[in-house]
Amino acid sequence: MSSVRVLVGTRKGAFILTADGSRKKWRVEGPLFAGWEVYHLKGSPLDPDRIFASQSTGWFGQLIQRSDDGGATWVPVGNQFAYDGVPGTHQWYDGTAHPWEFARVWHLEPSLTDRDTVFAGVEDAALFRTTDAGANWQELAGLRTHETGSQWQPGAGGMCLHTIIQSPVDPARIVVAISAAGAFRTDDDGATWKPINRGLNSEGIADADAEVGHCVHHVTMHPSRPDVLYMQKHWDIMRSNDAGDSWFEVSGDLPTDFGFVIDVHAHEPETIYVVPITSDSVHFPLDGRLRVYRSRTGGNEWEPLTVGLPQRDCYVNVLRDAMAVDTLEDCGIYFGTTGGQVYASANGGDTWDAIVHDLPAVLSVEVQTLA
Amino acid sequence: MIRVVLPAHLKTLTHVSGEVELVVTGPVCQRSVLDALEARFPVLVGTIRDPVTQQRRPFIRFFACEQDLSHVAPDEPLPPEVETGREIFFVIGAMAGG
Repeated sequence: MSSVRVLVGTRKGAFILTADGSRKKWRVEGPLFAGWEVYHLKGSPLDPDRIFASQSTGWFGQLIQRSDDGGATWVPVGNQFAYDGVPGTHQWYDGTAHPWEFARVWHLEPSLTDRDTVFAGVEDAALFRTTDAGANWQELAGLRTHETGSQWQPGAGGMCLHTIIQSPVDPARIVVAISAAGAFRTDDDGATWKPINRGLNSEGIADADAEVGHCVHHVTMHPSRPDVLYMQKHWDIMRSNDAGDSWFEVSGDLPTDFGFVIDVHAHEPETIYVVPITSDSVHFPLDGRLRVYRSRTGGNEWEPLTVGLPQRDCYVNVLRDAMAVDTLEDCGIYFGTTGGQVYASANGGDTWDAIVHDLPAVLSVEVQTLA
Repeated sequence: MIRVVLPAHLKTLTHVSGEVELVVTGPVCQRSVLDALEARFPVLVGTIRDPVTQQRRPFIRFFACEQDLSHVAPDEPLPPEVETGREIFFVIGAMAGG
């Protein structure tokens, strides 16, 4: 019988939640790496028992852990993320030049084609890759050294590379997103990159055609439609039908289009999910009601999903990497909150249950569907 | 024999419950002690000092003989009591927060 394994990164460690395909009874394991921030964990699509985790603190820096047995045991692997050459400067919050400094790994993306290859998105923004299962990491420096790099600025959470999307049909194509530089795409395996931000309009950027400077919160793609990208920008839900070459807004009838997460149904590429957050200055759900919004039309027309979610006095946030879907026949949707709840829907969002209520603040949620 | 005490999180990483005893060849200074520590426990590379610059991480402090040695140059000799093992070299995670 199929089962699911939910990998949860939190401010104070990682947790692994498992259930059979009915997704009714859950087993909670953890905390792993107790007391450390775990920004992200993700399993290899080629070998689900191989999982990588980003473990860090402001005190002791960055570690990367690898499990080859589904999270039962872990070994620390390489943790040296050295920028290629002299890293130079980017813009600081006040517009002055600031040296590129490694802070942490935000996102780990195991390769679709090689179980030993993993991409890592880091702060200050850069993309690294290991081809030896984490022992050594090399920067794909063509991104950071793009001619716009010196203009990139951090978002409030730091200048992080938080989204890495590999094309399932073209191994040389990768899309990444950086707060607050924007989205970028390579079509030559990371050698060269182009900003893909045409059509994004961001409050505070006077130039409507600005190539960079956009605070992209998250981007997602359905593997059957690799040219269709969905984006939760700081404000605005955006869609591209040409792999990011151009974007148009699909916020439609959402009550607010600020938010962090966005994801796609596993079997319906036009069905997408967001969690609207009140505003950029008020990071909790509108009116204290936690609502996931679903569009079955690829955007513009949205319906609130509320059954099983708190509809009063709820003031949590849902961070950018904290939503995921499983691939069971009745697609499961999962998200975690800064209040420590992990919610699951086993029916595409129609109804929700909390798997756990009281974890530390959730930073990321990933789901593995196991045979 | 050099005696080192690690902060709790690094004890967990190294699976050490008490003191670490190290043999350091040559001059006993912060650099040689940390080199020996990282050689014994490679998982500590990058957790106490930056792996590239070798500078002490900002929230790490070194104490021994009731002195804060955090700002002593990495190649300055440590006190003789540390070298002989009479006093412990403490690696401390600086206290912060409410």
